[in-house]
Amino acid sequence: MNPVIRLNNVSLGWRDKPVLQHVSGQFNQGTLTAILGANGAGKSTLVKGIINFLKPITGSIDIAPAFRKELTLLPQLSDLDRSFPITTYELVAMGAWRRIGPWRQYGKTERARIYHAIEEVGLQAVADHLIGSLSGGQLQRALFARLMVRDAQVLLLDEPFAAVDEYTCEDLMRIILGWHAEGRTIIAVLHDVDRVRQCFPETLLLARQVVAWGKTAEILSEENLQKARRLSLGGF
Amino acid sequence: MGGLYEIFLSPFVEFGFMRRALFGAIFLAVATGPLGVFLILRRMSLVADSMSHAILPGVAAGFLIAGVSLTAMLVGGMLTGLLVALLAGVVSRLTSLKEDASFAAFYLISLGLGVVLLSLKGSNMDLLHVLFGSVLGLDDKALLFIMVVSSLTILLLSLIYRPLIIECLDPGFLRSEGGGGSLVHMLFLMLLVVNLVAGFQVLGTLMVVGMMMLPAAAARFCGRTVGKQLVFAAVIGAFSAYAGLVVSYHYSVPASSSIILVAGLFYILSLMFGRQGGVIRSRIRFFN
Repeated sequence: MNPVIRLNNVSLGWRDKPVLQHVSGQFNQGTLTAILGANGAGKSTLVKGIINFLKPITGSIDIAPAFRKELTLLPQLSDLDRSFPITTYELVAMGAWRRIGPWRQYGKTERARIYHAIEEVGLQAVADHLIGSLSGGQLQRALFARLMVRDAQVLLLDEPFAAVDEYTCEDLMRIILGWHAEGRTIIAVLHDVDRVRQCFPETLLLARQVVAWGKTAEILSEENLQKARRLSLGGF
Repeated sequence: MGGLYEIFLSPFVEFGFMRRALFGAIFLAVATGPLGVFLILRRMSLVADSMSHAILPGVAAGFLIAGVSLTAMLVGGMLTGLLVALLAGVVSRLTSLKEDASFAAFYLISLGLGVVLLSLKGSNMDLLHVLFGSVLGLDDKALLFIMVVSSLTILLLSLIYRPLIIECLDPGFLRSEGGGGSLVHMLFLMLLVVNLVAGFQVLGTLMVVGMMMLPAAAARFCGRTVGKQLVFAAVIGAFSAYAGLVVSYHYSVPASSSIILVAGLFYILSLMFGRQGGVIRSRIRFFN
């Protein structure tokens, strides 16, 4: 298996206060991994480290050269300013940023790709609506459409199912499984243990450190979950 | 017809200083309005206010060293403005103090320092000139500087428009796509400082922020999308400049305050009647 992202004894945190410590391991090409843990376990911190938003306090994060331009992020919904005056179409079009850069025009192919992605997630009717008028589920669909336009090989999904209804969750999960079937590498931050058991072959269980990392069936044992709860001082 | 000409055109046809004031203020407005829109989008409205005070000690130092030399005051203002922007950024990254709080701390120090420096050599008139500008006293050199700064600002803003939008809305996404966010942020702060320095000649360090924020705040209630708000902000700013100068000419009131008051009137009108969330429009929609 080709490693895509390798973590070498990484500690990450805010202003030198570690949130997550001594993480070592690798995400391999084509895997579908859930990062699971309680609030404050360091899940989103790890994602921020991988996209280089946070510099490691110690250790290093290596991204295989072939994938350095193939990595993209689905942010947490709560990280977005919903009052920002742009339309659904404009948000989805951001996915083409790598290809068109700051100056090139959106050509016919790009526009077709954007409309196709909007259709795929069922947002045609609100394509010209401001994002502030979208529901949580619709906004998450729009962000998934942006990922479709982006067409990256490595996808980091930070809480893709937070604040969305069950029907939307099912739809979005189908899209994720479709990407996995195409051979993309997917890393998703999640809270829902049942969904992880059902849909994610690999799991990284965190509680401010690595509790366990590997095949989901082996990782989500009662013993590991209890250890994670104990280390996190809380449940999930 | 003659009456209308007398009111609206003759001040600019008859007097060169009015024409220079008009060109200077309109050029400034066309650049500062769009900058203000981005400041609001980035929730940095008060940062502009802080930065306008941050340039004061530099301007005062330029004045102390070289007297009433535009070049010395501009260079000094730019240096202290950029220094404060840099220091505030560094402090917010190294400590738990948020960027707006560190800006506030540095601008208060700057304001105190600026006034002390001015008082070492200047009179109260010099201080008034720096704080409230002298749009009616613009010479060709100052006008040229404003035109160059304004044109370069529009050019650079259009070049960084896309990454600036992504950086405002979703900095994590931009970082995952290879970054450039810090560079865009620094370029934006640099544009802010340069425009404040250009604007202090026209409206003074206190009033120039009004030319940046009032048209932008008004545009928020007029334009649905960022692109439209940028255009509205520039147009409202430019019209405020013209109308403010007309009012100032006919009623003999200070020009910079007059321009800012007209911009303020636009803000209140759009706040009430704006199509995008204006108070009265929203109420009508609510009751329908």
